[in-house]
Amino acid sequence: MKLRTLAVAALSSLVLALPATMAEATKVKGEVTNFDFSFQGLTGTYDRNQLQRGLQVYHEACASCHGLQYVAFRTLSDRNGPELPEDQMRAFADMYEVWDEELRDWRPATGPDHFPESQFEGAPDLSLMTKARAGFSGPYGLGINQLMKGIGGPEYVASFLLGYTGEEDFQAGSMFYENVAYGGWVSMAPVLFDDMLVYEDGTPATEEQMALDVAAFLTWTAEPKLVERKHAGFVGVIFLTVFAVLLYLTNKRLWAPIKNAAKKD
Amino acid sequence: MSGIPHDHYEPKSNAEKYVHRRLPIIGLIYDTIMIPTPKNLNWMWIWGIVLVFCLVLQIVTGIVLAMHYTPHVDHAFASVEHIMRNVNGGHMLRYLHQNGAMLFFLAVYLHMFRSMYYGSYKTPREITWIIGMLIYLLMMATAFMGYVLPWGQMSFWGATVITGLFGAIPGIGDTLQMWILGGPAVDNAALNRFFSLHYLLPFVILGLVIVHIWAFHTTGNNNPTGVEVRRGSKEEAEKDTLPFWPYFVIKDLFALAVILALFWALVGFMPNFLGHTDNYIEANPLVTPPEIVPEWYFLPFYAILRAFTSDVWIVIAVNWLTFGIVDATFFGVLAMFGAIFVWALLPWLDTSSVRSGRYRPMFKWWFWLFIINFVVLTWAGAMPAEGIYTTIALIGTTYWFAYFLVIMPLLGVLEKPLPEPETIEQDFKETVKASEPKGPKGPSAEPIPAE
Amino acid sequence: MSHADDNDSTRRDFLYYATAGAGVVTAGAAVWPLVNQMNPSADVEALSSIFVDVGGLDEGGQLTVNFLGKPVFIRRRTPEEIEAARATSVSDLSIDRDSRNPNKPGTDASDENRTLDDDGEWLVMIGVCTHLGCVPLGDGAGDFDAWFCPCHGSHYDTAGRIRRGPAPENMHIPVAQFVDETTIQLG
Repeated sequence: MKLRTLAVAALSSLVLALPATMAEATKVKGEVTNFDFSFQGLTGTYDRNQLQRGLQVYHEACASCHGLQYVAFRTLSDRNGPELPEDQMRAFADMYEVWDEELRDWRPATGPDHFPESQFEGAPDLSLMTKARAGFSGPYGLGINQLMKGIGGPEYVASFLLGYTGEEDFQAGSMFYENVAYGGWVSMAPVLFDDMLVYEDGTPATEEQMALDVAAFLTWTAEPKLVERKHAGFVGVIFLTVFAVLLYLTNKRLWAPIKNAAKKD
Repeated sequence: MSGIPHDHYEPKSNAEKYVHRRLPIIGLIYDTIMIPTPKNLNWMWIWGIVLVFCLVLQIVTGIVLAMHYTPHVDHAFASVEHIMRNVNGGHMLRYLHQNGAMLFFLAVYLHMFRSMYYGSYKTPREITWIIGMLIYLLMMATAFMGYVLPWGQMSFWGATVITGLFGAIPGIGDTLQMWILGGPAVDNAALNRFFSLHYLLPFVILGLVIVHIWAFHTTGNNNPTGVEVRRGSKEEAEKDTLPFWPYFVIKDLFALAVILALFWALVGFMPNFLGHTDNYIEANPLVTPPEIVPEWYFLPFYAILRAFTSDVWIVIAVNWLTFGIVDATFFGVLAMFGAIFVWALLPWLDTSSVRSGRYRPMFKWWFWLFIINFVVLTWAGAMPAEGIYTTIALIGTTYWFAYFLVIMPLLGVLEKPLPEPETIEQDFKETVKASEPKGPKGPSAEPIPAE
Repeated sequence: MSHADDNDSTRRDFLYYATAGAGVVTAGAAVWPLVNQMNPSADVEALSSIFVDVGGLDEGGQLTVNFLGKPVFIRRRTPEEIEAARATSVSDLSIDRDSRNPNKPGTDASDENRTLDDDGEWLVMIGVCTHLGCVPLGDGAGDFDAWFCPCHGSHYDTAGRIRRGPAPENMHIPVAQFVDETTIQLG
């Protein structure tokens, strides 16, 4: 009977009840600003300094609630990433604690360890957040805008962090905050304030700067191989184009006598 | 093997004779790749090679991905991230496999549309068509189960909904769904068996592909005129045909290279463009995503599934006639599987004596309307099932069934076909001359949408 | 059928070879990733070098850490142990006279060549008996008050050298170095 209920519930959500849930059906209801990021476009790459700043913002503003469970500390030193020097990477990892199954105890993290998971259920893991959110998808959800404006996830994250209106509402024992990027009320309080931290590279820590930096950093955590992938894309497309041209000429030559003969009579 | 007269393999050296007497494999390969092929094949005849390539690509990338994947609900999502982050070149292998499925379906649809337009399914090629439809069904099953493996939100809820279709069958539904899932809901048991079958089915497809090729090598290829190759003598046959190697291999490889360049651009620069963002959130049985959308290649059937709501008169009528056994949900399921079933019956529903749509003036219009309808249904499947979209889906579904069950049988009777050319040779010459002075690469008689 | 002249046919040959060559390169480029994906992945590679904090280790104390799936003994030896080890000359070793130390390859098994530091305070070795792979007991076990393998009775001295029993070699030493006062890098 339980199975039946589940099946009916699942199906009815599709077949019958969708008009009712239609209000939630569009992916992002709020306003997402189309920020420019260095990693957009065919040749865009990550800006190492921006990733390092974003890491700093994550550490100070996000890490107390949100996890990055799929990201290993060692990758902070990877090429095409934040490229922290090895010793700085280890010193950074040392600030986090991880559970060690062998020791049956908490210990400071080292390079091979991953960032901790989220601290509580309400805070989703951020490793893949920029790939899990489509900021803009275009008319009729066709996804065309992604083609024009970039994948939309980083834009959503930055817009979200900057999207608080300042309106607050206390409901059912917890505080809710209005956010225009989300297009509604969220339980996460605003976390970015001008000059709440001092960037090591001297960049002024404005709210927008921090939002963009952490969005860039989270794009790297979601897609660490972006630069390698685009590089493979370029090499592959160029090579396949050359190969196609050669095959085109070969094909033409191969068929020439056949076609000449057909033309004659 | 082939009914078209041509030179067969003759072992020359002693070593060749030795092997040939014991295992005529060289002869088999020779006859297969030297098969006489109609000269006038156009650029819609390339999808077979593209499909073989896709199958090989999916099997090869799939085998290596399976070396790193963990089919367990606690580890599946993380193991995909492990592939994306740690495995050497793993991100490319995974994206190739993911997008490769989409290229596979794009190619199979174009392959099927070509067959529909040029009447390739007609006698004596019905078995080729039926095997092809079986391959298509297995592809859908394989793709569906493969989509569950990354264990994202869309994986989980897609699996829940699709297996729920079986649960909608009156009487045995619950038991059947329980059997498919190995439990009351999609969980570890389902994930493990889907992984097992996802690994198995491609090899079944491979076997069917060989049978598919065997079948049309026996009947010979169809061609854009639908006129058969002359088989009176070898000389006659050679006027209509050329050996597959090298003429068509090189032509097909050229087309494949162009398609791969585009495919590679998709994988390299926007690999997640056609995927759903929700699948980067790990599966959570307690939270349903706001919208559940299948991958694009299932959308036409998804639209048909959702088109029949309980307020459609035919649903009300059937519900009343069956004493309530067939409700709107089950009706939708029947319609969806029925849509594929009538497609498979096409060789017997088409009554026209002329094969190629080129010489069927009325058929052309209905065919292109079918293609447009297919695109519209795809789009409607992606839209929320409400208001105007359900109506559009319902109209599209009606046309789908009308095309196969009414239009195809009637057209053969009503339509006055145009004269066909006498021979393939004649058509080839006309095409070549028409493309003067600097004709493009191959015989291209008419504008083809896929180019 | 073709009326191509010589020049034309040379050009055709070149074209065919170029196309075939490009085809071979494509196939090769497709095969390499399939081979390479079986090499150790980045997370496994990352474990081929680990850092061990030995700051908390007192004289006579020993740490066992898991390195590449095997136990590694890190021992801060007492002056008595150092003395006992240094008093044993290479000629006293009847079974194996090789240091088995990749940090000092090809050297003899004198205690100086076995230890990590010149003073001989730190002994780091792979805790696997060279006979059949058991993990020897430590902390003053066996005839030489050091390590003893209970499986088949191999006795090792305070420098981890085999002195009696069936084991053929001294206990192996991993690639190791001090990166600072209190941290040892293995691998």
